[in-house]
Amino acid sequence: MELIKVTIDNKVVEVEKGTTILGAAKKVNVDIPTLCHFKLHDMNIENKPGGCRICVVEVDGRKNLAPACATDCTEGMVIKSHSVRVINARKTVMELILSDHPFECLVCAKSGTCDLQSLAQQLGIRKIHFEGKKSSYRLDTSPSIIREMNKCIMCRRCEMMCNKVQTVGALSAINRGFDSVVSTAFEMNLKNSTCTYCGQCVSVCPTGALTEVDDTARIIRALADPSKTVIVQTAPAVRVALGEEFGMEPGTIVTGKMVAALRRIGFDQVFDTDFAADLTIMEEGSELLNRLGKHLAGDKTVKLPMLTSCCPAWVNFFEKQFPDMLDIPSTAKSPQQMFGAIAKTYLADKMGIKREDLVVVSVMPCLAKKYEAQRDEFKTNGNPDVDFSISTRELAHLIKQTIRDFDSLPDEDFDRPMGESTGAGVIFGTTGGVIEAAVRSAYELHTHKKLPRLNFEELRGLEGIREATIDFDGLPIKIGIAHGLGNARKLLEDIRAGRSHFHAIEIMSCPGGCIGGGGQPLHHGHSSIIKARQAAIYKEDAGKAIRKSHENPDIIKLYDEFLGTPLGEKSHHLLHTEYFNRKK
Amino acid sequence: MATTEIVLKEKQVQQIKDICKQFNNESGELINVLHKTQSLFGYLPSEVQVVIAQELNMSLAKVFGVVTFYSYFTMTPRGEHPIDVCMGTACYVRGAEKVLEEFKRQLKIEVGETTLDGKFSINSLRCVGACGLAPVVIVGDKTYGAVTSADVKNILKEYENK
Ligand code: SF4
Ligand code: SF4
Ligand code: FES
Repeated sequence: MELIKVTIDNKVVEVEKGTTILGAAKKVNVDIPTLCHFKLHDMNIENKPGGCRICVVEVDGRKNLAPACATDCTEGMVIKSHSVRVINARKTVMELILSDHPFECLVCAKSGTCDLQSLAQQLGIRKIHFEGKKSSYRLDTSPSIIREMNKCIMCRRCEMMCNKVQTVGALSAINRGFDSVVSTAFEMNLKNSTCTYCGQCVSVCPTGALTEVDDTARIIRALADPSKTVIVQTAPAVRVALGEEFGMEPGTIVTGKMVAALRRIGFDQVFDTDFAADLTIMEEGSELLNRLGKHLAGDKTVKLPMLTSCCPAWVNFFEKQFPDMLDIPSTAKSPQQMFGAIAKTYLADKMGIKREDLVVVSVMPCLAKKYEAQRDEFKTNGNPDVDFSISTRELAHLIKQTIRDFDSLPDEDFDRPMGESTGAGVIFGTTGGVIEAAVRSAYELHTHKKLPRLNFEELRGLEGIREATIDFDGLPIKIGIAHGLGNARKLLEDIRAGRSHFHAIEIMSCPGGCIGGGGQPLHHGHSSIIKARQAAIYKEDAGKAIRKSHENPDIIKLYDEFLGTPLGEKSHHLLHTEYFNRKK
Repeated sequence: MATTEIVLKEKQVQQIKDICKQFNNESGELINVLHKTQSLFGYLPSEVQVVIAQELNMSLAKVFGVVTFYSYFTMTPRGEHPIDVCMGTACYVRGAEKVLEEFKRQLKIEVGETTLDGKFSINSLRCVGACGLAPVVIVGDKTYGAVTSADVKNILKEYENK
């Protein structure tokens, strides 16, 4: 490792050879603005086209200004990060970008969290000195995502996410010069492309070009309708991220305040998706044991490994890209859909109302859940099990419209019965969590012995692909974990080629799992935020009185009163699904 | 940008596959593959791009991205009599733009488009290296030199009954 010395704004710093000026500046806390450059540390995610030039700096002895994100340090370099020349150049660059940007900030969905807006503010832009043509593209609306490319600044972060990280390939830069834009093949609607609705492009877009479909107005309408009972479920990853929208430290757990806020907004009952996560474990865990038992008995028709199926973007991915492997994932529905199916039958009966008069809303860290809720398989006579699915960001908007000070809300608890949950349900929100929850229950159901421990550190972490072997009382169970669809693809290709040695694999589409979901508060490239959310998830789990899904008293009651047994006829009908070849 | 749907014949699919194979199905050879395929079919309709994406194991969006990046590639079939107007510097300063405008006006199509009857298409080219004849127009195999907008009508007339 070769070290070199550079001077930035009179501060001397030693960096490894190959470090960019931007990287060196970070080390000495010199803030250089960036726009197209994007990096999630420790996750191997970087966008570095060097295209926007907002990051230019002055380098002694060089005629031209250098883009800090794309210029490597050399020995003895002397750098000025904010000379008059630099500031003027940045302003010019910003004005040029803005000269082809619609001035709709006041009513833009990204207002307040837009990188372009905050940078314009930071640079003190008061007037655009250039007048030119403005791009004009048609709006592309899908069940989950809206593309408004008039607001695109061609940073190509979305393209990097979709191609390099997710390997979905729905997006690419097209055309050249003024006409260039990021688009789908043949500029078809996103709906018809290979898009999985993972929302990772949305989560890195610095402008309002890519946003989620906003369902909050429809929810307000339902809440105002006296003939409807409106209930809500909240996914585990929401409670460890929502606080960020109200200025709290990343990793703050706001479960109680979130419940209180939802009641004040007017939901009739506030429930927990964690309850449905426990239910998922009952079904998925039983399915795993069932497949495993048959496999060990020599039944060659049983496919192993079994893959988890609770991530809807992952389901879209394999339906579109691996249609030859539809029998490998578990048939268990996702927790969102299990919740909806039970709410519109068991709960509606208990409440004495018709399913049509019960409106089920879910709050998810995810944009793919919007599409999932609209799938035909999850409707009865046209009435969906989940009526509306909104993101963590949309919930924050809804709260801001209704409540003055989120911080000072009291902590309140979920309603029962579908609000009772365990620590196993909570950890569904992070990569490694679903499989850990499954292990906690499958172990005890299989061995009929008490687990000697509850924390499976070997399954935790943020490494893209992880593996571990868990001893099921003499039976070694091999487990694989992947997050990010590019990593999932690798495991799938291994299975297809007959190289996979796993019994079970957990897959989540988003980097970090649901905590890094496409519907979460924007992390603006700070992976420390995702780590803080993950730590919060495990903290919430550790604090729970019950930490194994099969010990959830309301789940036990649900099977006694209504479902019968896991994988039984009723469970099969309500809690399992099938997959379709959606390759075009 | 959608072109009229076409169904490739089995033989045509095989021809595309053969071209890809000549380049070892390497995604890095995309431009060469597109070039060869276009010289075979005259243009690159979406159906052709689908096959290429599959053969080179790359995303369709990327293939489309490259096709739309280079003005040489086209997704519309060229006319029976393709009209190329040179827009190199020499031709440009001698009024090639006016000539191009006149072709567009008479045929009621834009650059890159083909007339509804399939007879003519217009393209603008970078320098064709016949600067002495500027402005230069090429129709099919025939080259016209020192063209003015007043000549456009007569040039088109030559092909009307062909
Ligand atoms: S939602 Fe995911 S799959 Fe779809 S375009 Fe964005 S990054 Fe690609
Ligand atoms: S859509 Fe957003 S992320 Fe994608 S290139 Fe445009 S501005 Fe960048
Ligand atoms: S941030 Fe460096 S060129 Fe865009």
